[in-house]
Amino acid sequence: MDAPVPVRAPLSLHVPEPPQRPGSEIDFSTLAVPPAGTARRPDTDCPAADMTDLAYDLVRVLDDQGHAVGPWDPALSPDTLMRGLRSMMMVRAYDERMQRAQRQGKTSFYMKCTGEEAIAVAQAMAVDRGDMLFPTYRQQGLLIARDWPLVNMMCQVFSNAGDRLKGRQMPVFYSSKEAGFFSISGNLGTQYSQAVGWAMASAIKGDTRIAAAWIGEGATAEGDFHHALTFASVYRAPVILNLVNNHWAISSFHGIAGGERTTFAARGLGYGIPSLRVDGNDFLAVFAATRWAAARARANLGPTLIELFTYRAAAHSTSDDPAKYRPENAGAHWPLGDPIDRLRQHLIALGIWSEARQEDLAREVAEVVQAAGKEAESHGTLDKGPFQSARTMFEDVYKTMPWHLERQRQQAGV
Amino acid sequence: MATMTMVQALNAAMDVMLTRSGDVVVLGEDVGYFGGVFRCTDGLQRKHGRSRVFDTPITEAGIMGIAVGMAAYGLRPVAEMQFADYIYPACDQLISEAARLRYRSGGEFTAPVTVRAPYGGGIFGGQTHSQSPEAIFTHVAGLKTVIPSTPYDAKGLLISAIEDDDPVMFFEPKRLYNGPFEGYHDRPVVPWAKHPASAVPDGHYAIPLGKAATVRSGTAVTILAYGTMVHVALAAARDAQVDADIIDLRTLVPVDIEAIETSVRKTGRCVIVHEATRTGGFGSELSALVQEHCFHHLEAPIERVTGWDTPYPHAFEWEYFPGPARIAEALRRVMEE
Repeated sequence: MDAPVPVRAPLSLHVPEPPQRPGSEIDFSTLAVPPAGTARRPDTDCPAADMTDLAYDLVRVLDDQGHAVGPWDPALSPDTLMRGLRSMMMVRAYDERMQRAQRQGKTSFYMKCTGEEAIAVAQAMAVDRGDMLFPTYRQQGLLIARDWPLVNMMCQVFSNAGDRLKGRQMPVFYSSKEAGFFSISGNLGTQYSQAVGWAMASAIKGDTRIAAAWIGEGATAEGDFHHALTFASVYRAPVILNLVNNHWAISSFHGIAGGERTTFAARGLGYGIPSLRVDGNDFLAVFAATRWAAARARANLGPTLIELFTYRAAAHSTSDDPAKYRPENAGAHWPLGDPIDRLRQHLIALGIWSEARQEDLAREVAEVVQAAGKEAESHGTLDKGPFQSARTMFEDVYKTMPWHLERQRQQAGV
Repeated sequence: MATMTMVQALNAAMDVMLTRSGDVVVLGEDVGYFGGVFRCTDGLQRKHGRSRVFDTPITEAGIMGIAVGMAAYGLRPVAEMQFADYIYPACDQLISEAARLRYRSGGEFTAPVTVRAPYGGGIFGGQTHSQSPEAIFTHVAGLKTVIPSTPYDAKGLLISAIEDDDPVMFFEPKRLYNGPFEGYHDRPVVPWAKHPASAVPDGHYAIPLGKAATVRSGTAVTILAYGTMVHVALAAARDAQVDADIIDLRTLVPVDIEAIETSVRKTGRCVIVHEATRTGGFGSELSALVQEHCFHHLEAPIERVTGWDTPYPHAFEWEYFPGPARIAEALRRVMEE
C-alpha cells in the first residue's frame, strides 16, 4: 500500500514591498549607516576574496560635523574641493533650469539627478580626462565636471539647430567623443559590456586609458550587467564598474531588483571582482573609492565594482510623479544627507569657506546657467525650432548614403 | 593562386586582415586555440597571438556588447556567432546599439563590427542549427547584410566587410563550407567534402559590398538568389533547360538594384529563391522591388521558391529547403505565361 500523502502548507509568493507608501510616515530608521571613517582601506592589489566585508560595509569619509575621517580620506587640495563644490552646484542649477524649460514646453522631457550630484562629479574628477566614460542618463555631472559647454548640452535637450546629435536623441541622451562621454542608450545596461569592450581594446593596444561605466540598481537585472562582469573578470579588463543604487527604478523600489537579501556590491564577489559599497552622497568617499579603483585598473589588476549608495531625491523624470508611490518629500529625509550641503559644511569646517562665499558662488552659478540658457534658446527650442534640416534624418545611418536611402530622402522632399 | 574551400578562404581573409592592421581582432566561442567548430579561424591565434584572436565566454550578447565597445575604441572586431541560430540573444546589442551608434551619436561614435555566422541547413542540425535569419537583419537600418556563395567571393567579401566602416552581418552558408558547389538537394546527396575547392587569389583583394554577380547569363528568366541557393538555382536551370539569367546578390543591404533591374527588364520574368522561411523573408522585399522597378517589363507573375514557414526540421531537411526540382517547377510556371 502507498504511504498516505502528507498534508503540506500551501506555498505563497513573496513580492517585495517598500517599507512606506504614500500617506505613511517617512522612516529610514531601519537603514544601518555605519559611522564615517570605520571602513578599512585595503591595498589596491588586495584580492576580492580578502575584502568581501567591503561589499557589505559602507565607505564613508565625511562625518556629521563635516570632518574628513578615516583611512579613505583622499586628502584633496582646497582647489579640488572647491571645483567639486562648484560643479555639483552647476549640475543642480542646470537641472533646475532644464526642468523649468520642460514645464514651459521648450522640450519634451527632462531628468534631474538631485541628490546624486557627488557621484558623477567626484568620479569624473577622480579619473583622467582621457578615460572613456559610459554613463546612464543620470550622470550629466560627468560632462559638467569635464567642463563640457552647458550650451552644447542644452542644445541637445532642445533638439535645436545647434544640437550636435541632429535632433535624433531624446533630451538628456548626450554624447561627446571629445569629452570622453559615450552615447547614451535608452535600453538599460547596454553600456556596461560596451565599457568592458572599450577597456579590453585599450589593453589590447597597450594604451594607458581606462574605461568607467554606470548602471542603476534596477538595471542590474539586465543581462548586460552580468555579461560585463563575466568579461571584465575573465580578461581582467581595466574598467571601473559603477552601480548607482538610488533606491528607485521609476516606481519600483530596490527590493524588486533584488536589494532585500543582499547588497548590490555583493554581486561582484561571485565574479571575483573586488567590490566596494560607498556612501554616494559623500563627495570625498566617492572620490577616494574611484581613485582606488582607477589605480587598480591602471596597474593591470583589473576591474572594480563600486555600489554608490544614494537616494533619488527628485522624480524619475518629468513624466513621473513620485508622490503616487512613495511618501512625499522622502528624499529630504535621506539619512546620508545632501551631497552639496555636506561638502559645503566640510569646506566651512576646514576654515576655507563661509556662508557668504557660498551665496556668492550660488549667484555666480545661477548667472552662468542663465546666460547659457539664453544662448541655447537663441538656437531654437523643441516647440518652436529652428531645427536642423530634415535632410539630416537620412544621414549617418551608414557612412555613405546607400541608393535606397537617397531615394527615400528625395521622396521625403528634403 | 591557391585552391581553397570556403572555410580556407574565410580563414585567409581574416589572416590577411589581422596581418595588415593591428586594429583587427577576432573573438568568439572556441575561435582561439581550437580554431572554431567549423575550423574557420584555425591557426589564427597561433600566428597572431592570444590578444588578437581569443575565445570568449558562451554569451552572444556579451560578445556583441564587447565588440561594440572595442569598435567604439577604434578596433575592427570580427565577432563569430557559432551558429546564426544563436544570434538572437545578441540582438539588443546588434539592433539597438551597433546599428544605430553612428546615427545616434551624430556620427562621432561608430561600430565597424563584422559579425560572422554560419547559417542555413545541410548538416542535419535540426531547428537550432539550421536557420537563415538574414531577413531580420535586412530590416534593421544601419546594418549591412552580406552572404557569399563561393570561396572566391567569401574571401573578397569578408575583407570588404572588415574594411567597411559600418556594422556588417556576414552570413556563411555552412553547407558550402567544404563544398560542394553543386546543389543536389532533392536527389541523392553527394558527400560534399569530396568536391573540389575553387581558385582563390593569395593576399588582399576586395569584392565591393552592394554589387551583385551574374553567375549565368540568359534571356528567358531572371533568378535572384544568394548563398547556397545560387548553386541550387544553377542546377535547376540546367534541369529545366531554361535560359536563365542568374544573379547572385552577394549583398542584401544595400542590394544591387541596378543588376536586378537590368536583368528583369531583359528577361521579363523573375523567380526568387531563398532558404529562409517564406513569410516576411527577403524574397518579399525583392519581389516588391521588382514590382516597383520593373512592373511594365514583367510578362509573368513573380515567383518565390523558399523554405517552408515551419521551424527547421531534422530528418526532413532535404524536403525543407528548395531543391532544383522545386525551382525548376517555378521556372516552368513562369515560362508558361
